[in-house]
Amino acid sequence: MTELVDATRTTGAAPAGARVSLEGLVRTYGTTRALDGFSLAIEPGEFVALLGPSGCGKTTALRVLAGFERLDSGRVTVDGRDVSKISAQHRDMGMVFQSYSLFPNMNALNNVAFGLRMRRQHATQRRQKAGELLELVGLSDQASKYPHQMSGGQQQRIALARALAIEPRVLLLDEPLSALDAKVRAELRDQIRQLQQRLAITTVFVTHDQEEALSMADRVCVMSAGRAEQTATPAALYSRPTTSFVAEFVGVSSRVPVEPVDGSVVLFGERCRIRASDTGLPNGPLDALLRPEDVAITLDETAKPFVTHKSFLGATTRVIAQVDGVAVRVDVRSDVAADIELGARVRVSVVSRDVLVAERSVTNPVSPQ
Amino acid sequence: MAPFSIYSFLGLGVPIIAVIYYAFQSEQGKPTLSNIALVTHGSYLLGFENSIVLALITSIVPGILGLILAYAIATSRSATLKRLVATASGVLANFGGINLTFMFIATLGSTGILTAWLSAIHLNPWNFGFNLYSFYGVALVYLYFQVPLMVLVITPALGGLRPSWREAAENMGASSWGYWRYVGVPVLMPSVLGGMLLLFGSGFAAYATAETLTAGTVTLAPIQIGSLLAGNQLAGQENVGYAVGLGMFVVLAVTMILYGLVRRRASKWLR
Amino acid sequence: MASLIPDIVEDALVAVPEVPGRRRRPRLRLWRAVVLFLAGAYFLIPIYAGLRFSFENDAGHLSLYAVKAIPSEPGFSAAFWLSMRLAVVTLALTLVLMVPTSVYVHLKLPRLRRLLDFVTILPIVIPPIVLILGVLRAAPLWLRASPYLLSLVYVILSMPFVYRSLDAGLSAIDLKTLVEASRSLGGNWLNTLWRVVVPNLRSALLSATVLTLALVLGEFTMASLDLWTTLPVWIYQFQQVDAHVSTAVSMVSLIGTWLLITLIVSLDRSQSRRTRRRTNNS
Repeated sequence: MTELVDATRTTGAAPAGARVSLEGLVRTYGTTRALDGFSLAIEPGEFVALLGPSGCGKTTALRVLAGFERLDSGRVTVDGRDVSKISAQHRDMGMVFQSYSLFPNMNALNNVAFGLRMRRQHATQRRQKAGELLELVGLSDQASKYPHQMSGGQQQRIALARALAIEPRVLLLDEPLSALDAKVRAELRDQIRQLQQRLAITTVFVTHDQEEALSMADRVCVMSAGRAEQTATPAALYSRPTTSFVAEFVGVSSRVPVEPVDGSVVLFGERCRIRASDTGLPNGPLDALLRPEDVAITLDETAKPFVTHKSFLGATTRVIAQVDGVAVRVDVRSDVAADIELGARVRVSVVSRDVLVAERSVTNPVSPQ
Repeated sequence: MAPFSIYSFLGLGVPIIAVIYYAFQSEQGKPTLSNIALVTHGSYLLGFENSIVLALITSIVPGILGLILAYAIATSRSATLKRLVATASGVLANFGGINLTFMFIATLGSTGILTAWLSAIHLNPWNFGFNLYSFYGVALVYLYFQVPLMVLVITPALGGLRPSWREAAENMGASSWGYWRYVGVPVLMPSVLGGMLLLFGSGFAAYATAETLTAGTVTLAPIQIGSLLAGNQLAGQENVGYAVGLGMFVVLAVTMILYGLVRRRASKWLR
Repeated sequence: MASLIPDIVEDALVAVPEVPGRRRRPRLRLWRAVVLFLAGAYFLIPIYAGLRFSFENDAGHLSLYAVKAIPSEPGFSAAFWLSMRLAVVTLALTLVLMVPTSVYVHLKLPRLRRLLDFVTILPIVIPPIVLILGVLRAAPLWLRASPYLLSLVYVILSMPFVYRSLDAGLSAIDLKTLVEASRSLGGNWLNTLWRVVVPNLRSALLSATVLTLALVLGEFTMASLDLWTTLPVWIYQFQQVDAHVSTAVSMVSLIGTWLLITLIVSLDRSQSRRTRRRTNNS
């Protein structure tokens, strides 16, 4: 185990992982643009999550990086070297697939040792190395089991060990947790993150689950329609989304129509600054995008807004208030929320005088969320 | 359940018992081993040998051809092609006997169409020692139902080869050869062996096609049974047919045991 | 992964498990084309040859005489109707025997499924020629005198196919719930079987029917050894008289069987489409 860490340390320069750069990737299937000028730079040893809805191109991006998909245009470099023309076989990237892709005809040990066998390592050497990796993922006792004798979580850990065995320059994870049940998923999430940090290996992780992305990654790249919407740390992504897509995809947002008044907007009767956005201020009517914790409510018999829904979330309760026909989601401490009845009149105010705006969207249904 | 049990006992159990029983009975109704002694020598032994060789040829060759064909179909993009081949295989695999015989006589008989086409370019197969009404002619005709049978059996197994296995192998530095050597072939092996066993049984037992094609002139165990049953037997050898039948059981049983042993080795990962 | 793109990716992968790369694809296509061409030639030329021979006279000219002569040839109609009767009797016996048995085992004796699997695979393992050998020896004289002995044996021969398709059909529906629902609503066993189980097994029953009919109409080994002139036996015998007519009958019966199969399958398909549409609308 320690030997593995040392080995990775000695192969590279100071940081063990490779620097990866995806530049202007374009990939089309027929008329569908799976990747439409996607760019992303990944630092050595960094853990980057590609997050987005199905069909946003995240899996295609990962498969391009692995060498399974060819590019229509664009460039992939690893440590400054263009690898676009190198086949998957020679890219030295370890991949973990969504469906457990363990070879069914080999036991756990031989699965892990497969990459080493392909690299013509000596049998005793590769057995030893595979044994160490099984220990690393905590499955030494399963070495002689065949895949169908193991649980999904165990299989995925073996798959992780197998990908790490070749000491890859980049670790690629394609929704590795989505086929597992909730408890196993949480355990494996922590294990992957710890291993990644210990080995300091550059890692790209594809997921549609924002909780997974935000809790595991150093940086998250939110994708939509084959492009990167925003790439930032989880905290920045949540608190300072630069596009309306990100604001609505990550976390929960309410859209509230606002009127622009020379560079600022009026929201619930208060004047708020417009937060700077990459895309600049849109023309035409605007919506403010509000997190539930950006808004506060207080009981007020004289106010017009009233409470339409309440759902208990534990420490907080999510309250939906209707303000001029628009649903606004608000998180309230549960003990406070206990006093707020359905239909109660409330006064709604903003906590932060600094809001994100977007072009007005037509629909804004009043629904519990 | 009771009617089914009775029916299958009468229709399946009793005839099998009858064959085994009469194989050890003389014409006078006394227990004897002379029938057995007779069929393990001379022309009857030759019949078994030929049948086994024919079954081996018509399981290995169509097994490989069927595998290649099924792979070509399974890796094609055309859904229409896949559906067409699936339907055609279902029909052709149950094909045999008289219809097949006539089609091949019309194709490769001495005045057949393909014979005529080949003669036109001076490649008349009959001039090169080919004879449709011979052992190898029978083998060639058997391909017509054996290949589709293999396609039917092996296609689900090919569908079970996950693309991600191949990608995982490539990802870890395996060439196409490395993938097939260590993953593809071992994973397919149990199904391929199972398919070939089925072909062996089908080739070993086939009677109608060989009988109608050669008018009973090739020496094969099923043909000999047919001939004995039709009354072509010497006095005092009326029960020899049962001994040949018993011999066919034995051959099939041995084949299945061998298959079981090989399969256990090839598929220890399945259990 | 239910989105469009991964599906396309998946398709592309299933289609070409080679490393995606421009150089490799054409070679792969060529290889596939060669295989498909050879297979096509091997399987289609004999069919063409058979048809061609059916529409020729002795002089080798195109002619319809063989096809026209079929109905009036001596013995043809007797053989044809014998085969038809055997087919109907076999089919009726098979369904009456196998449907209740499979349903009962699925419902009440699931542990016996393995045994049933084994028994119904035997007719594939046992050579038909050996089976008829034993049957002719063991059957009582009055039965051997009747052509319907063949039907009784054909039921055994069709068991592997029929049981397998019924088993697949039964595994695909929630039989237990269906039956319990029907029983709790006051249906008796026969009613339940006929009105609830059978309609839900329509596809399985159809494919069992098709397989049984194809088997009976093409069976030569047992019929010829039991000395009954069924259609295939007649075709073989008549070859001595006029090979063109024999081939013509053989090709017509072949095409007839195919048409029958296609008809039944397409009926089933349109029926199930209609059912699906109705369910969607409601």
